Amino acid sequence: MTTRHWLEFEKPVEDVYRKIDELAGSSADGSYRHGEEIQKLEKKAEHLLKEIYSKLTPWQITMVARHAERPYTLDYIKNIFDGFIELHGDRRFKDDPAIAGGIARLDGIPVVALGHQKGRNTKEKIRRNFGMPNPEGYRKALRLMELAERFSMPLFTFIDTPGAYPGVGAEERGQSEAIAYNLLRMSELKIPVVATVIGEGGSGGALAIGVADRVLMLEYSTYSVISPEGCAAILWKDGAKADIAAKSLKINAPELLRLGVANTIIKEPIGGAHREPETVYKDMKTALVATLKDLSAMPVDKLVEQRYQRFRSIGAFYDKGA
Amino acid sequence: MIWFKKDILANGEDVKSVRVPLGLWIKCEDCGDIIYKKDAEKNFDVCPKCGHHFRVSARVRLSMTMDDGVFKEHDADIEPVDALEFKDLKKYKDRIRSSQKDADIKDALISCDGHINGHRASVAAFDFSFMGGSMGSVVGEKITRAVERAIRLKCAVIIFSASGGARMQEGILSLMQMAKTSAALARLKSAGLPYISVLTDPTMGGVTASFAMLGDVIVAEPKALIGFAGPRVIAETIRQKLPEGFQRSEYLLEHGMVDMIVERKMMKDTLGNLLAMLSRGKR
Repeated sequence: MTTRHWLEFEKPVEDVYRKIDELAGSSADGSYRHGEEIQKLEKKAEHLLKEIYSKLTPWQITMVARHAERPYTLDYIKNIFDGFIELHGDRRFKDDPAIAGGIARLDGIPVVALGHQKGRNTKEKIRRNFGMPNPEGYRKALRLMELAERFSMPLFTFIDTPGAYPGVGAEERGQSEAIAYNLLRMSELKIPVVATVIGEGGSGGALAIGVADRVLMLEYSTYSVISPEGCAAILWKDGAKADIAAKSLKINAPELLRLGVANTIIKEPIGGAHREPETVYKDMKTALVATLKDLSAMPVDKLVEQRYQRFRSIGAFYDKGA
Repeated sequence: MIWFKKDILANGEDVKSVRVPLGLWIKCEDCGDIIYKKDAEKNFDVCPKCGHHFRVSARVRLSMTMDDGVFKEHDADIEPVDALEFKDLKKYKDRIRSSQKDADIKDALISCDGHINGHRASVAAFDFSFMGGSMGSVVGEKITRAVERAIRLKCAVIIFSASGGARMQEGILSLMQMAKTSAALARLKSAGLPYISVLTDPTMGGVTASFAMLGDVIVAEPKALIGFAGPRVIAETIRQKLPEGFQRSEYLLEHGMVDMIVERKMMKDTLGNLLAMLSRGKR
């Protein structure tokens, strides 16, 4: 249940664990017996964590979604799918490590799985560009999607990005076109498409691999048109108002379910997916298998029509003429 | 992601008016010259001295594009709603109301059908003066309907973009309009009907990263700012000076992102010619 990276709002729990560590350290020399005391404290910590997680604010959930120990795309792919073979490159410019993907089996069925990939340590973080793809990343994803369609393999995508990379090269090589074309192509893929938001769903850079028949969200993931910080900087003229922006933007799983953007929420352990990843892998696998079974029962034309209608119907407006 | 420069989007309230109203006279923000307003209007709202293209309203745009300035407007009654009960420094509800009053339009886009040099087309134009031309549910719905209408009428689609990107006040619903409009264009493509995207100043963020970059032919007006991320966001990210002319039409042409740059006075005829060739004689 413990972690090396405590979030600010988890401090009360961290303090209890620090006390536990102190007691465990002092009892190691044999002069004291603290077994009972430690047990009591562990219970207390568990209780505290549960209490904190029962009333997380949208901004706190954003912090959990960005947690440094949270499982990333390749963790899910390797623990849920079998025989993963990673494929590289967009055949146009280069291989973008901010998106990873390849072919694998889900419950015996060959599929294509891909997603944004963040790095675990400093070196990896830089290599993966913090999960912010350049156009070649989206074009690699498109290549894999079209491969999936050609060989009638269902497509699974995993969303976890602060957004598409805002750089000079990205603009020069057509970041907008790369995202736009993925949106167009994904809407007409003649295969089942399932997207799962596992961490941050950052705007167009997330949606570029998210036009799916079903959108699943982990309980503590977010999906938004703009980061709370970015929104706060523009609308409140103060980046520090990110907590208010997070609340206003409605970026959490239950809200997105209500707005018709997400279809299913996958529960997470108290304290987030990183505390019990094995449980999350198991639950996500169950959800993905069930979703695929559901989609596979549909003729492909109907599937594509439903996908069109799914996005066609999202939006809110008055239509006096109707 | 922050998609736009603060002073470009600014959601209507502190957008610097490009045309400083001095009654009958206007000041060109590019060359600084004072111009007789009627002269600019006669010149397609382009500075007669330096050729600077002023931003034009959706209505003016359609009037100068459609034959005899005549077009049949569609979906004029669709109005925005505050589905998220969004409030920043101002309530979204109030922003809608004041923008509707100031811009004299229900939301940031007008759609219509009509003819361009005799060729029928389903045409939509953004109005930047309505909350920075931002795309929310109304804009997404009207564009989608315009594309679906083109499929029914078997005609081309033309969209004039001028937008800061997705509208933050409608949150995820705005983001989803990118998928919705792009999916409609996939159907237009399957139907073998042409789509011409015209990029005008500015075209940014979620608009660029969806329908605006999906044209069979992409036309840009001179010196328009066109991009995904705003220049300030990029400069802050890379901590370097941006290249000369970065994210302007001419820069995009050089990098292969647009087909041509067309001055406003030549726009109608250029579109007419393209439609004639791409429509295989369908009228």
